[in-house]
Amino acid sequence: MRKPAFLAVTGIVSLGSLTLAACGSNSPVNSGSPQAGTPITIGVSVSLTGDFSGDGKALVQGYDLWATDENAKGGLLGHHVTMKYVDDASSTTQVVTNYQNLITQDKVALVFGPFSSLLTIPASTVTNRFGYAFPEPAGGGPSVFTRGIHSLFFVQPAPVEDNLVSFTQWVLSLPAGQRPATAAYSTEDDPFTQPQVDKAKALLEAGGVRTASYKVYPAETTDFTPLAQQVIAANADVVILGTQEPDAVAFIKAFQQQHYNPKALVETAGPDQGSDFATKVGSANTEGVMVPAGWWSSAKTPFNATFVSEFIAKYGGTPGGIASDAAEAYSVGQVVDQAAKKAGSITNAALIAALHTGTYQTIQGPMAFDSVGRPSGASFLVQWQNGLTVPVYPPSAAVAQPEYPKPAFSG
Amino acid sequence: MTLILEAVVFGVLTGGVYALMASGLTLIFGVMRIINVGHGALVILGAYLSFALLRSAHIDPFVSLIITMPAMFALGVVLQLVFIRPLKEDREALSVLVTYALALGIEGLLGFLFSDNLVQLNAWYETASFAVFGFHIAYVYVFGFGLCIAILAGIFLVLYRTTFGSAVRATMLNRTAAQLVGVNVDRVSAIAFGIGVSTAAAGGVIFGMTNAFNPGSHYDLISRLLTIIVLGGLGSLRGAVIAAVGMLIIEDVTAVVISPVWASFAFFLLLVIVLVVRPQGLYGIRVRERI
Repeated sequence: MRKPAFLAVTGIVSLGSLTLAACGSNSPVNSGSPQAGTPITIGVSVSLTGDFSGDGKALVQGYDLWATDENAKGGLLGHHVTMKYVDDASSTTQVVTNYQNLITQDKVALVFGPFSSLLTIPASTVTNRFGYAFPEPAGGGPSVFTRGIHSLFFVQPAPVEDNLVSFTQWVLSLPAGQRPATAAYSTEDDPFTQPQVDKAKALLEAGGVRTASYKVYPAETTDFTPLAQQVIAANADVVILGTQEPDAVAFIKAFQQQHYNPKALVETAGPDQGSDFATKVGSANTEGVMVPAGWWSSAKTPFNATFVSEFIAKYGGTPGGIASDAAEAYSVGQVVDQAAKKAGSITNAALIAALHTGTYQTIQGPMAFDSVGRPSGASFLVQWQNGLTVPVYPPSAAVAQPEYPKPAFSG
Repeated sequence: MTLILEAVVFGVLTGGVYALMASGLTLIFGVMRIINVGHGALVILGAYLSFALLRSAHIDPFVSLIITMPAMFALGVVLQLVFIRPLKEDREALSVLVTYALALGIEGLLGFLFSDNLVQLNAWYETASFAVFGFHIAYVYVFGFGLCIAILAGIFLVLYRTTFGSAVRATMLNRTAAQLVGVNVDRVSAIAFGIGVSTAAAGGVIFGMTNAFNPGSHYDLISRLLTIIVLGGLGSLRGAVIAAVGMLIIEDVTAVVISPVWASFAFFLLLVIVLVVRPQGLYGIRVRERI
């Protein structure tokens, strides 16, 4: 009896030690390079339900289109790519579970990022712990970079807080007689929207534009009437709104109801959603509305025209209807493809090292990253003109003059 | 000053919509002593039915109520027969689970049929407005408020001027005693549930015209509706109306005078104060049970 008992105890202790060792290990789960020519899976947590479902679905379109193109060229460094998506329901807890499962259970070779800074922050903590490179298309708020995560790469031209810099530069570049004297601000308390508005406010105040009103509202707000009332009551020359698409639409409708027409209106997101935005506010009411953008359908960047035509062939619609989320997701794949070629490897360690050096060409333009994955470029100011979004600032990228003052809403 | 007046006016107008939605919820509680946490999902279902009629047959959202309200009434009666009536013991607790499952089922079905993208009901009166007191009021708020008043007045008339209304009120006061004096409480319950669900259809139309919504919008909605009926007093229609209008006025005025961030807090502060002074809510009845 003694010997079996000893063996059992030894077995349990050994098993426990192994389990503890496995739990305590921070070593990469997938540190080796897949054998040449073997297919690989890239895992992504996307918001197919919940608040970000519209954006999540656009990300899937962009990722899928890139994977199709990549496989048509022979795969990622010779590896056929399969995308695996899991729904995070726009939840900060579910996104963590998803990446843990993708890495430890599905053993995906690589991971790409989800939608929003809100989800990217907890997700990148997990992927970093496992040593995975984390190129991501939509998490660029300041709090994404302040944690010093070396394996994260934000694949947009500029950090989110700089998105409205082009708008402020345009406002301050106007001749003194035309330059707005006052500005009204209202922003959702979201890590994507508020930093943009706060930076724009600081820059405009420094440039002599007086703040007539500044309000922050909770993200769960559904009744925008009182918020619009405050903006209208301020009667400012320009209105700067930190919005996602639903509140961007609600503000414009409230302005229409009150017959309020600022000289310029810029929203952090919403007007970048193409035909979806135009349908919701009415095509005539889009005229003159501005939005910061890193990408637009007519941009003269390498491969963009092909991307647009392939996108329409695969999903239908028009160039104006392509959500920028899809282009940003596609760019993630482009960056990884070039980094893999540069490193001669698709191991995560090699990709992380490669992505920290050099410049990568994407449909959003050239891109380079600092030590915490912050891009070094600048975003552009885009305006709705005659039913299309066109870049209007800076002059080097502009294809049209900004419409100022903005035409009145059609009512 | 105009800003505060404007906030009060919009508080009253939007409060009327919440009053209509909450009236169905409190009526169902009053008659059946069940908490229908699926009521928010039924409101959203009503909004989607009107959305479907608008998109496929170009029927004006308000006109579509001629179809959706009877349909939702019938649905309510069926739901009561299938899901609520079988609950014989521990009704209050079990009803929460059953109606929550119902809400999830409705959300899943709507997501499958319409996707999770936000949509909104559109009509010419959504952005058209008229000037009053130095600001503009959109027709959609006035039409919506008028509809709410008409439906609420109809419910009050039925409750206080008809034999069926007497049976409903008797059931609300004491289900067992009502049964003893010959009231068919099962029939009353089914019809009351149907009325509650049909008001959700009407509330859904106005909600869907003033807010973007998706199948998941019911979570926020039900939390607000439950708060309203708790403040008004569970089972009290009059309380639900006053609490709904009060809630929206307080929120809107706080948003413009102090900050939108404090709007909900101000209302919940009032809720806590009222419940400390009157645990049964503004118009609730304190019930003593023999044990």
